[in-house]
Amino acid sequence: MIAEGADVVLAAEGLREAGVTIDTVTLEDIARIVEIDAQVTGSSKADFWYGCYARQNTDPKCTFLVAHRDGEFAGCTIGAIQAWEFGSPPCGWVEVMFVAPQHRNAHVATGLFEAVVDYFRNNGIYTVRTMLHIDDHSLISFFRMQGMAAGPYIELEMQAD
Amino acid sequence: MKLQQGTICAILAVLHMASRPNQQIPASEIAEIYGVSQHHLAKVLRTLSLAGIVESTRGPGGGCSFIGDARKITLYDIIRLFESGWFSAYPGEPHGQTDVAEELYRVVGEVDRHTAATLQSVTLQTIINNALRTARRRGHKAMVAE
Repeated sequence: MIAEGADVVLAAEGLREAGVTIDTVTLEDIARIVEIDAQVTGSSKADFWYGCYARQNTDPKCTFLVAHRDGEFAGCTIGAIQAWEFGSPPCGWVEVMFVAPQHRNAHVATGLFEAVVDYFRNNGIYTVRTMLHIDDHSLISFFRMQGMAAGPYIELEMQAD
Repeated sequence: MKLQQGTICAILAVLHMASRPNQQIPASEIAEIYGVSQHHLAKVLRTLSLAGIVESTRGPGGGCSFIGDARKITLYDIIRLFESGWFSAYPGEPHGQTDVAEELYRVVGEVDRHTAATLQSVTLQTIINNALRTARRRGHKAMVAE
């Protein structure tokens, strides 16, 4: 039994309070994403991010959303609908979930997640997947908090040297 | 994965309290709901109290309450209080073993790594939220305590 009033994340309310808005990415956002991502990870991936921007503009089965907090870039997510990859029926992949360090713990990721899931839902997709590093417990924890759990697929790899 | 009865009792007791924030819960209530002896529960609560996860108040209106952060405390945090050496049953560095033994330990280590990653990423709040989601999806309003 769970008590009434237990804490369920109310993202929309949290986003409003935190002054967060979510929109489709613009070219201006990409420059900021490249800059912040390079600061956080220590490697510049301009080709990757501009490639994602180009894909968002040409691939109807992909969305690239950004969160702004008080007008400043706060985070982004990329969702893509894939069908029959690894034999799987159509599903939505959350390929990127990124929040700028100064905007963490402000419901930004939760808002982005809900927005990308809405995108999938609006396109008739009701299964959502993502892939994470096994040691990234905080990010795994975030997705679990949204209701995600281990699915029926398992990632295997080897060194081919 | 088989957990000791005390570990299961601890997790259930903590979840019960964490889903009722700022409430004093009589230990007898927890013991009755989950079918554990009050003596056994008292031992479990003492360990949880020493770990700073719960707090007990004596006297009329007293009971125990959750004082941790449900968004930060994971299943792993609770389990390791009661299952010492759980992840050290197999040697991590199989020096001097045969190639076959080394491969066996690698596979066992793979299982341990997945188990640890799961337990370290599931917070108490995640379990509470998911239980609520499931109850709502099934329309089991009766499962939600008033």
